[in-house]
Amino acid sequence: MTANSDDDVLKDDAVAHHDHDEGSALPEVALRVRALESLLVEKGYVDPAALDELIDAYETRVGPRNGARVIARAWAEPEYKAWLLEDADAAIAAMGFTGRQGEHMLVKENTPKVHNMVVCTLCSCYPWPVLGLPPVWYKSPAYRSRAVSDPRGVLEEFGVTLLPSQAVRVWDSTAELRYLVLPMRPEGTEGWGQEELARLVTRNSMIGTALALNPADLAGTEQEGG
Amino acid sequence: MDGGHDLGGMHGLGPVAEERNEPVFHAEWERRCFALTLAMGFTGSWNIDMSRHARERMHPADYLRRSYYEIWLHGLQTLLREQGLATDKEMTDGIMQVPPKKVARVLTGGEVMDALMKGGPCDREVDALARFACGQTVRTRIAHPSGHTRLPRYARGRIGRIERVHGAFVFPDSNAHGGGEQPQYCYSVYFNAVDLWGEDADPRDGVSLDLWESYLEEVAE
Repeated sequence: MTANSDDDVLKDDAVAHHDHDEGSALPEVALRVRALESLLVEKGYVDPAALDELIDAYETRVGPRNGARVIARAWAEPEYKAWLLEDADAAIAAMGFTGRQGEHMLVKENTPKVHNMVVCTLCSCYPWPVLGLPPVWYKSPAYRSRAVSDPRGVLEEFGVTLLPSQAVRVWDSTAELRYLVLPMRPEGTEGWGQEELARLVTRNSMIGTALALNPADLAGTEQEGG
Repeated sequence: MDGGHDLGGMHGLGPVAEERNEPVFHAEWERRCFALTLAMGFTGSWNIDMSRHARERMHPADYLRRSYYEIWLHGLQTLLREQGLATDKEMTDGIMQVPPKKVARVLTGGEVMDALMKGGPCDREVDALARFACGQTVRTRIAHPSGHTRLPRYARGRIGRIERVHGAFVFPDSNAHGGGEQPQYCYSVYFNAVDLWGEDADPRDGVSLDLWESYLEEVAE
């Protein structure tokens, strides 16, 4: 998973959504941030090198591929899955993913009886060590307002078809507990190794707004190299 | 507080729009705003609850209209002003006029990964026993505090069931206002969708919230 594997597309998206951002006429908010950074550096409150490191950490090192590895291992190893559901902090730390905004983890397993979905209606709480920083839609008023009151409607918008037998359980992250959804393992993946399995685990499937990919879905993404 | 941030159940905010191939940040200023907020947090000048409260005090109309990192910028500037670390004029001009205030620590580049990996656990040891047990029915209090709280409007005065005792955690309602950590037990409480949203909701569905003990009261079963 690389945030920059498709630079041109990303750039186009960024420009489309934030006109004039990188041009000579910087938007007012960019000027405000620039002034603030100069001030805080001048006052000695922040080290510019730390700012660069913080950005790099979440742009290149901490992201949803971490969570995908956790899920793939849980699919492949029943003992690990049991540990993950029982003591997520320890089981996730054993994979090397710890820290800020993931200090207290809980993993919720999707089954034919229940589909889990995570939200933070009050702000943007999200399990950073395993998923990185949240996408804009997760932080948006549209999602935060309706995930709790109309979860089935939201899932429909995301193209998720639930089993008739499935109840929907929404986890509103109102405290310091952070939630990761363990999606159901797709059919036709018997005998797959963990690296292969991890490619089926998307960020949204670990938030609960998608199911894991099917093997057939991978065919189209083969070029991206997983 | 019943601010613009407390969005659960609100109508009219449109469909959820997912961006294809979304980058982590959309502009350089978002990167810098994110990093400045984290780096200032490490100075120990405020805690995470104060930080959340600074954002939720934004005018509701602005909160709903502004982008995520604009809200963060607003929160950061609010805290800097309130803690006497920077004046409005300094922040506008980007030039120091008042000597810096001493901060507890300054995060260096080399310390970043260790600090992130370490995080800041919020669970605490307390002598008291948990007042509620798994399976117990509880009712959330009806309260509209003007300060910080993590009991959303949509879940006040509702009947729910304790599903997990998380242990004691820092209490945001006091910590956000300099009242200290005052840790108390926090629980996972399950609410049936019908009890939250009425008869139109699917009775199979429900919402779980993590709620502190003082948000809850016993219900005669």
